[in-house]
Amino acid sequence: MFSRLRSLAVTLSVLRSMRVPEITSWILSRMDLPLLAHRTESAFTDFKLPLMRGEAIAEATRCLFCADAPCIAACPTSIDIPQFIRKISTDNVHGSAKTIFESNILGMSCARVCPVEVLCVGACVYNQLEQPPIAIGKLQRYATDRAFAEGWEFFEAGADTGKRVALIGAGPASLAAAHELRRLGHACTIFEKRATVGGLNTTGVAPYKMKSDRALTEVEWILSIGGIEVKTGVTIGEQISLADLEREFDAVFVGVGLGSDSALGIAGESLAGVHGAVEWIERMKLEHLDLRAVQRVVVVGGGNTALDAARESLGLGIPNVTMLYRGQREVMSGYSHELDAAMSEGVRIEWQSVATSFGGGNRVERVECMRLDESKRPMEGGAFVLETDLVLMAIGQSKLHAMFATLPGIAFDRGSIRVNADGATGRRGWFAGGDCANGGKEVVYAAAEGKRAAHAMHAEMMGGHAHA
Amino acid sequence: MPDLRTNTGGIHSPNPFWLASAPPANSGLQIQRAFEAGWGGAVWKTLGIPIQNVSSRFGAHTIGGVRGAGFSNIELITDRSLDINLREITETKRLFPKHPIIVSLMVETESEWRDIIKRSIDAGADGLELNFGCPHGMCERGMGSAVGQEPTVNERITGWAVKHSSVPVLVKLTPNVSNIVPHGMAAQRGGAHGVSLINTIKSIIAVDIDRFVPEPRVGSMSTNGGYCGAAVKPIALHMVAALARERDFKLPISGIGGICNWRDAVEFILLGASTVQVCTEVMLRGYGVVEDMIDGLEQYMRTHDFSTIDQMVGKAVPACGEWGELDLNYETVAKIDASKCIGCQLCVAACHDGAHQCIHPVEGTRVPTVDESECVGCNLCQIVCPVEGCIELVQVDNGQARASWNEHMTEGKPIRPKKGAH
Ligand SMILES: Cc1cc2nc3c(=O)[nH]c(=O)nc-3n(C[C@H](O)[C@H](O)[C@H](O)COP(=O)(O)OP(=O)(O)OC[C@H]3O[C@@H](n4cnc5c(N)ncnc54)[C@H](O)[C@@H]3O)c2cc1C
Ligand SMILES: Cc1cc2nc3c(=O)[nH]c(=O)nc-3n(C[C@H](O)[C@H](O)[C@H](O)COP(=O)(O)O)c2cc1C
Ligand code: SF4
Ligand code: SF4
Ligand code: SF4
Repeated sequence: MFSRLRSLAVTLSVLRSMRVPEITSWILSRMDLPLLAHRTESAFTDFKLPLMRGEAIAEATRCLFCADAPCIAACPTSIDIPQFIRKISTDNVHGSAKTIFESNILGMSCARVCPVEVLCVGACVYNQLEQPPIAIGKLQRYATDRAFAEGWEFFEAGADTGKRVALIGAGPASLAAAHELRRLGHACTIFEKRATVGGLNTTGVAPYKMKSDRALTEVEWILSIGGIEVKTGVTIGEQISLADLEREFDAVFVGVGLGSDSALGIAGESLAGVHGAVEWIERMKLEHLDLRAVQRVVVVGGGNTALDAARESLGLGIPNVTMLYRGQREVMSGYSHELDAAMSEGVRIEWQSVATSFGGGNRVERVECMRLDESKRPMEGGAFVLETDLVLMAIGQSKLHAMFATLPGIAFDRGSIRVNADGATGRRGWFAGGDCANGGKEVVYAAAEGKRAAHAMHAEMMGGHAHA
Repeated sequence: MPDLRTNTGGIHSPNPFWLASAPPANSGLQIQRAFEAGWGGAVWKTLGIPIQNVSSRFGAHTIGGVRGAGFSNIELITDRSLDINLREITETKRLFPKHPIIVSLMVETESEWRDIIKRSIDAGADGLELNFGCPHGMCERGMGSAVGQEPTVNERITGWAVKHSSVPVLVKLTPNVSNIVPHGMAAQRGGAHGVSLINTIKSIIAVDIDRFVPEPRVGSMSTNGGYCGAAVKPIALHMVAALARERDFKLPISGIGGICNWRDAVEFILLGASTVQVCTEVMLRGYGVVEDMIDGLEQYMRTHDFSTIDQMVGKAVPACGEWGELDLNYETVAKIDASKCIGCQLCVAACHDGAHQCIHPVEGTRVPTVDESECVGCNLCQIVCPVEGCIELVQVDNGQARASWNEHMTEGKPIRPKKGAH
């Protein structure tokens, strides 16, 4: 995997003693690392097809241009949805894209990856009429794809303020924050531990929604505003300390997302063929996996990552996909529209069941399972076995809070960095947003929180409160 | 960045988009919200003698499921007191000094005109618009379109207004005439600084077929109303162009009638308008529609390399001619792109029943064929074809030099023989 492509180990000790400005010029920016041509994810095509011009105009004309529109209220980035849709209906696609990006610079990927069924589309007044709601996501894709294809430019960097901001992690939260900070005239440096940028938008999103090359195209497009340095292969807290960052920059934005997949702590977890789902998805998206021998998959968990992993497995031609979920349908955290899709595609689900151990020789061969009763106790005679070639564990991701615990003033809520409504932590100059602060939501929340924090950082830095 | 500033007869505006004198420009708070939303200027709802309005007032023409594709009203001028309106004009000017407020007026005698003009200008009006257009209610009292339909009366009253005004005077023309030109010329002779057109068109919007009463219904009766909205745009475009083409007509034009989006506005400007006014689209969807008008216009200007509105004004006027000037030897035929055709055969039906019977079904395929020797190039098939770019009208080189009907009659230039058996 190319995040490990170039070991930085040799330089580690040297780097640790250096001040940040030297480091930033030292480390190669590896944004231009090419993606593998034959990635496993390449097998997928888009589940939601793009609209042609005539379809887009017809759909846009259906929109009522509601006053105080509920769809806007349901969008975490408050895109003026009726306005951008109206502009599609008048063939003013340029203006439409501008309206979208003004509110959400990740509008292109959000058009593909947002769970619109529970956000804007779910709020559309047409649902009240029991008529198909407006296809807001598809219309947003129509306008933003066109903007990318035509190379339209909408934004300029603000007049230089002389302030410098460090952003930890190159995921959606940091990208949105950095772009907004540049519009306000601040210099930005993003530190990313991986070789690839874009965060989970590049490494996690289901490829039938968006593939990694598209996510990288978006990053490039965001960075085209200029003045955002991206340093890949740098783990903050390892190569560069938090104290160094605080000393060298006027403000710091923490957008580190979540940590690695959680483990169950049961026997057999280290067998070959047992993977964390997020880790496996990342490899599926960036590498070429040999899945020829895989006929059966067991996915453990009931969230959206579990549903994604199950649908992806089926889509890759694995005939036998079973999910193990400890609760009932009603309490499942995965979206019901995703669950319905997974079940209609042929994913089997063992409800109210848990894995008790994994067995096999060199590789995993079976999962020992137990059915639970209403009060989550093992049922008498509830033991059963699932034969399998692959296990994907999707029971959550760890929280990356440990390293920040050393900074007085930064507090946590159940492992997430505690921030106020503006994204400020309890420590002056430190802001956070996205999965690491909201506990793990969606790209559009990360975009909203990053942008909001940018304005709060701006206010703090320009208000003369910036620390020395 | 294109410059959207305009000057219509000495009234300067940050952009060409004005609210027309109508309900969206009825009060100070409304107009202030409109300016915040991006409107460049506003023509205040017509002030004049006190009146009383009826309920209901509006009717809508639904076309193919689009509600309000045409719109009608039987409302009169403002029903709010003159004092309140004038106070709000002053307040709005104070808050938005750069946005022109044009006060629309309609009174009867010269002394009434003098007084109301003075009070409007004292309140802060940047310009006046004389409402010679309202087709219902006011004309029965000798005002509105009763004035606009009589060039001599129009000229006389315009003359009074210009004499008593220290700000530019626009004359708003009624479309309820057979030829707009003499009416524009009358305004010009009266000394006006510009004209606005069109006001609403005399109409009955619909009939309630269960109650046997036309709409809008006031109890058990109705009356003719003023037609406006998207459906009237072609009529308004023609009238604007007719004045813009007239050699002796020199006044700037504020275009009105059915403007719903940036593209409509561009069309009015290309035919000679330097500002455009909107009523119905705002009534139906609110002030927010101006955002698309502004950035759609800007993008259009960028793609066509216009840096000012002036460069666009009247750009399509030289291409407006008389029928007798058109080239009779210019020949086109329809071509169907088989790769795009979806086989609906709407073109077959249209050509067979409504044109010249030259598009034919073909055995073994849904893609029809055009008999080019019979095709007269009417473009009906292109209009009905649901696929963009599938049917194109392509010019045929018939070797004939240009010849118009006029040239044929006066100079004997040869014209091609009539095409087709049908
Ligand atoms: C499998 C999966 C599928 C998903 N599908 C969707 C979807 O379809 N739609 C949707 O809206 N959302 C989806 N999400 C959620 C979405 O991807 C996240 O909410 C979003 O990416 C959060 O953005 P972020 O910037 O906060 O964090 P991330 O995207 O996680 O980015 C954080 C970045 O910080 C880097 N980093 C971490 N620690 C350090 C450090 N110490 N130093 C330097 N860099 C560091 C990481 O390498 C990473 O690149 C999915 C999530 C998963 C796991
Ligand atoms: C309800 C209503 C009231 C109107 N009142 C006036 C008026 O008081 N004075 C006036 O000059 N025009 C009036 N008009 C005409 C409009 O200003 C405008 O000329 C006409 O509606 C055409 O523009 P549109 O197609 O954008 O609506 C009114 C129109 C409507 C629909
Ligand atoms: S709620 Fe639906 S109809 Fe209303 S503005 Fe939003 S998308 Fe359009
Ligand atoms: S639009 Fe307003 S004023 Fe008119 S009838 Fe409805 S509620 Fe009454
Ligand atoms: S109308 Fe257009 S799409 Fe339909 S048959 Fe004719 S050419 Fe083909």
